[in-house]
Amino acid sequence: MSEFIEAVQTIPLIRYALLAGIVSSLIFGVVGSFVVTRRIGYIAAAIAHGMLGGIGAAIFFGRKFDIAWLTPTVGAVVSSLIFAGIIGWVSLRAREREDTIIGAIWAFGMAAGILFIQYAPGKNVNLESFLLGNILLTSKSDVIATVVLGVIVLTLVGLFYHKLVAVCFDEEFAGLRGVSSQMYFLLLLAITALSMVLLVRVAGIVLSLALLVLPAATASRFFRRLWLIILVSIVLSLFYNTGGLIASFQLDTLTGPFIVIIASVVYGLTFLVKRKGA
Amino acid sequence: MLEDVSFTVPERESLCVIGPNGGGKSTLMKLLLGLLEPTAGAISILGMSAVKARRDIGYVPQAIRFDPLFPISALDIVLMGRLDRLKLGVFSGKCKRAAEAALDEVGLADIAHRPFSDLSGGQRQRVLIARALACEPKLLLLDEPTANIDLSVEEALLDSLELLREKMTILLVTHDLDLVSRIGDSVLCVNHRIHRHNLPLSGETIREIYSGARRVEHDRRTRHIQGDHSACEHE
Repeated sequence: MSEFIEAVQTIPLIRYALLAGIVSSLIFGVVGSFVVTRRIGYIAAAIAHGMLGGIGAAIFFGRKFDIAWLTPTVGAVVSSLIFAGIIGWVSLRAREREDTIIGAIWAFGMAAGILFIQYAPGKNVNLESFLLGNILLTSKSDVIATVVLGVIVLTLVGLFYHKLVAVCFDEEFAGLRGVSSQMYFLLLLAITALSMVLLVRVAGIVLSLALLVLPAATASRFFRRLWLIILVSIVLSLFYNTGGLIASFQLDTLTGPFIVIIASVVYGLTFLVKRKGA
Repeated sequence: MLEDVSFTVPERESLCVIGPNGGGKSTLMKLLLGLLEPTAGAISILGMSAVKARRDIGYVPQAIRFDPLFPISALDIVLMGRLDRLKLGVFSGKCKRAAEAALDEVGLADIAHRPFSDLSGGQRQRVLIARALACEPKLLLLDEPTANIDLSVEEALLDSLELLREKMTILLVTHDLDLVSRIGDSVLCVNHRIHRHNLPLSGETIREIYSGARRVEHDRRTRHIQGDHSACEHE
């Protein structure tokens, strides 16, 4: 532990990872609570998997046409927002089953991503770091991107908290009081999409959903007010993220799987205690 | 669905809307809420179009489908009545006081912080009425407020409504004759067309009016008029 504290003081890379982890925890706690409450976990998972398509496309076209700003993060942000929009539109308007479109986007994004990465010019791309994430690979620009996304997400949730809750609880009534349920559902999906971009860096595409959903699911076993669930989820996320980073540093290994197993076990243990109010 | 519908409700009067299923009661409600546009004619509520008047209309749905795990308190739900008055995403002290006063009005001040899903059916219905009252409405629209609750808790609900009829205009869709006799100043019978019965109605009088319906039953489910109401054509 003292080694880690020393590393935080001396190695910028560890500082960046710690800072990104702390900011991300705030976002995961807030957004995860909404995702669990509104039961859109599978939409979040589809967005995370679909994102590989955007990441792959950004790498492919960025290298092919030598576009410096077209980074994997830009590809992830754009594709996650597009997929969130498509799922939202289908679930609100089109006469198609929501789970079908979720599955289609999930698989399409993965397939496109794998193909783009396979045919990208230049050196080989490490697919594993996208699939499993690696918080130790956080750069200064990643920290800036995390803080910017964090400020955007938290400001949006702060400004529209009551409206988002109202739309999640009772769309019809919210509509009568002048709150467009469609607009705010799409806003919630967009916020979720941006959070998934951050999560994918910490835990990778495959494990990201667990890190978003498990803290809020654990909190909601014991608390019956959304703001309390959010607070407890933030604390749990902080614990998981920082603990994961420390373990990552000490063991010199990918920690996404460790974090997810610990978070799952903690969640599993809550079933030994009777749900409050149940 | 509805044709030749014309009626006015004077301020602070209570109008009960009755009629057979499929007769157009829900359509009438949607028109009044501005969720449907009339294909001909016009609706004026408090001197405004239905959509503009929403700010001054409190709406109580028959029942809401809700997620029993949704983490929300009674007071949080009542505050939703003031969603259109949020300032920078925050409810003002005035909003909170109005919400607490609304809960008090339906006799539920003591359960303000209880989770909604822990409440009984009757309490939930009264929370929904409080949510409608929180916007300090001039017109209260209620859609079958007694349809999903037990007789034992209905009394508290009726008491709340009786208090409210002194303070605001009420338009109430119901199948419940007791409710009509206790709350209504007049009755609007809707069966594609409308018929107004402008009487101070007692339960007996209503049953007399409805003798043509021949389907008035007398236990709890039966205090509800069902089936084909020829009474709506009854003069």
